[in-house]
Amino acid sequence: MSTSRKQIILGAYVGGVNHHTVWSDPQAGSQIDFSTFKHVAQTAERGRFDFFFLAEGLALRERLGLIFDQDVVGRPDTLPVLSALAAVTEHLGLIGTVNATFNEPYELARQLSTLDHLSGGRAGWNVVTSFDAFTGANFRRGGFLDRKDRYTRAGEFLAAARELWDSWAVDAVAADRDTGVFLRDAKAGRFAFTGEQFDISGRFATPRSPQGRPVILQAGVSPQGRDFAAGGADAIFSPYHRLDEAQAFYRDIQARADRLGRPSGSVKLLPHASFVLGDSEADAAERHRDITRRQIGGRTAQILLETVWNRDLSGYDPDGPLPDVDPDPDGPPLAQGRARIAEDAHRRVAEWRALAEAAKYSLRDLAIHVFGRTEFVGTPAHVAERIDTFVQQDGSDGFIVGSHLTPTGLDEFVDKVVPLLQERGSLRAEYTGGTLRENLGIAPVEEVGADARVA
Amino acid sequence: MTTPNTPDPLHLAVALDGAGWHPAAWREPDARPTELFTARYWTDLVAEAEAGLLDFVTIEDALALQSTRFEGTDTRTDQVRGRLDAVLIASRVAPLTEHIGLIPTATVTHTEPFHVSKAIATLDFVSLGRAGWRAQVSRPAENAHFGRREHVPFTVEDLDRPDVAAAVAESFAEAQDFVEVVRRLWDSWEDDAEIRDAATDRFIDRGKLHYIDFVGPRFRVRGPSIVPRPPQGQPLVTVLAHATLPYRLGARAADVVYVTPRDHDDARAIVTEIRAEQRAAGRESETVHVFADLVVLLDESTAAARDRKARLDALDGAEYAGDALVFTGTAADLADTLQDWQRAGLTGFRLRPAALPHDLHAVTRDLVPELQRRGAFRTGYEAGSLRARLGLPRPDSRYATPTAAAS
Ligand SMILES: Cc1cc2nc3c(=O)[nH]c(=O)nc-3n(C[C@H](O)[C@H](O)[C@H](O)COP(=O)(O)O)c2cc1C
Repeated sequence: MSTSRKQIILGAYVGGVNHHTVWSDPQAGSQIDFSTFKHVAQTAERGRFDFFFLAEGLALRERLGLIFDQDVVGRPDTLPVLSALAAVTEHLGLIGTVNATFNEPYELARQLSTLDHLSGGRAGWNVVTSFDAFTGANFRRGGFLDRKDRYTRAGEFLAAARELWDSWAVDAVAADRDTGVFLRDAKAGRFAFTGEQFDISGRFATPRSPQGRPVILQAGVSPQGRDFAAGGADAIFSPYHRLDEAQAFYRDIQARADRLGRPSGSVKLLPHASFVLGDSEADAAERHRDITRRQIGGRTAQILLETVWNRDLSGYDPDGPLPDVDPDPDGPPLAQGRARIAEDAHRRVAEWRALAEAAKYSLRDLAIHVFGRTEFVGTPAHVAERIDTFVQQDGSDGFIVGSHLTPTGLDEFVDKVVPLLQERGSLRAEYTGGTLRENLGIAPVEEVGADARVA
Repeated sequence: MTTPNTPDPLHLAVALDGAGWHPAAWREPDARPTELFTARYWTDLVAEAEAGLLDFVTIEDALALQSTRFEGTDTRTDQVRGRLDAVLIASRVAPLTEHIGLIPTATVTHTEPFHVSKAIATLDFVSLGRAGWRAQVSRPAENAHFGRREHVPFTVEDLDRPDVAAAVAESFAEAQDFVEVVRRLWDSWEDDAEIRDAATDRFIDRGKLHYIDFVGPRFRVRGPSIVPRPPQGQPLVTVLAHATLPYRLGARAADVVYVTPRDHDDARAIVTEIRAEQRAAGRESETVHVFADLVVLLDESTAAARDRKARLDALDGAEYAGDALVFTGTAADLADTLQDWQRAGLTGFRLRPAALPHDLHAVTRDLVPELQRRGAFRTGYEAGSLRARLGLPRPDSRYATPTAAAS
């Protein structure tokens, strides 16, 4: 095994609430039952993946004021599923997406610390910042946060959480029954944090966990999001898959981290990745065409384009030309509850018109072209080669892999692609680290000893 | 099989907390004080409770560090401090157990009903229908951990002060709203909402998902939940109650109320009060269990149990007395007491082992066989949900339209 090769980081996600999941497949299973999550996690662990990953959405999506019924709807709560998975896996990291707007640091820091304890140091948190009033309608404070403040809150939230995680020294619990000393420090857990969003103090109720702090992920690409990640995250769930775009993002994040005084390689970049395998390139391409057409039927095509048009496009023939109306980005939102990356809708539509014109795309063809992308299509050998090359060329440090088919879709990736990545010397054959941090190659949290605590 | 002469079977739960309920329990030779924050510790305890065929375990929790002071933290270093999140402990144990009910504590004062609802619903999914919830009002000390509320500082002695009484009444009113929202969210998906109808391209029948539109003086919640209806429909809601306000909360909103009688007559009086509240709330046709909480120290002889308590008290430097009666004696004596109190109208008991694992083992290995000999306790688990074990039917969603005979 060559030592200069970057080791590929792999995460696994269960496909869910979006058009990628083909729920109508006869083999498609439950999106809710624990058996589904157990199957995917154990498959990932068999493939020596670094972690299992769950997304989150705190309000059911709507379109034109009605609950959107075409994609998968509903999912279980993130942290209880991860905690249950800790019982049926041994090495796999467990990373949950949890919103920083509609939670409070004391409670969430405790839950994450608990997950870290109960998994023996395998917990991670993907910090997301949805703040909209639509989601807020499910919570006490409603949509209380301005868009511009979403990362202020997330940044303060993370700083407060760190204060809480660090509030117990590594050796605070003596539990020495002979001397009767349970706590070495009568002030263990003492904390105080004051900012624009939080003014909290007291004593934290959970001792330091095996990793000290869970691994932190971030998902979001705005300048504020990038700075947040560069300053405080261990990894980014990235949307970039084209090598040039991904390399530029990679360099940008490393430069931002560097300016903030973090050593190079402190922030791992992990785009999500789906795959379609075949016995030959032609076979894979054929399977891909078939899967994509099942993912994006006529109605789904209209709905995907609506995310940019912000107009009801149900009257436009999916097999006809693109809608001739202009987008209405400033109108009241047609769809609610979808995470969207801010962009210029007029410019995007103009690009699409040019593309459709040149390629003679129908509305549905365009939707398939734009939204139906599967990152890796080919024979297992080809897919392994492309994944490895992408990582070795600093497009990323690995991928978060998922399938259109729940829960068995990941099986063939693990059976066919993983052995080839291992042969290439780019993926571990056995777990070596004890904690998620160690498996990811992230520096341990500096230990806070009882003496080092500022009184 | 019950014959006319056998007593009504009673329900038996244990309340797990740290090294046990006695503050010096962690110093016992068989205690595992260095493992209190590990999965193995909790798994072993719950597996033991399951081996004893108990109805369920509860897991204590709070959003504050344990303390000898009601109104805030203390500086003691000789008692257990620190806890893990109870809902996540229950979830961690769920895949490793099969029958026993799992009832974690989650507080209602600073938390979100939406989050608690989806967490307990998910526990019900991962345990295949064994989830419940002990709803708990926060102590004042938790306010500063959230920093979003005005704080009326008070101690237990101040409970009669008008401003304090008003604040307490307000927190129980809020708790009732909170439980209402959690329950509505569990019903917000009808059972058959997921249809996966490829012909019409619909994953769900959106007519079977419901906005709960809860609007109260303290918060509003729109819904529906992001989690489909859990296996039990309504996981168990339980509350601990020592006085009229919480009795009322239990009678209005809970399936199981834990109470702390001092003796048979006290038990009868409490049950009578709760039944009256239950009728006043229009729930007389529903099953509401009333369980007595007892801290238990069980040994081969009463003298041995008393000695053990004296030894633990000496280690802690104070005589242990909590909100619940402390029982010291043999398993057979305890069985007598439970059967006597059962005749006062209680339907079950939540035993709080004073020291773990000793008093848990005494419950599962001595008390349970004793009760079985008397025909008063099950000899095996029957298949079915936690609700079914407690004689609670699986309710339809409150939003379900009754299927019309002719539509
Ligand atoms: C790859 C990726 C995955 C995301 N997953 C989630 C998610 O599971 N839940 C969520 O609420 N938001 C999710 N988001 C949304 C982001 O957290 C964030 O709210 C949004 O992108 C705005 O951040 P930005 O302005 O920095 O881009 C995701 C974003 C990206 C790029």
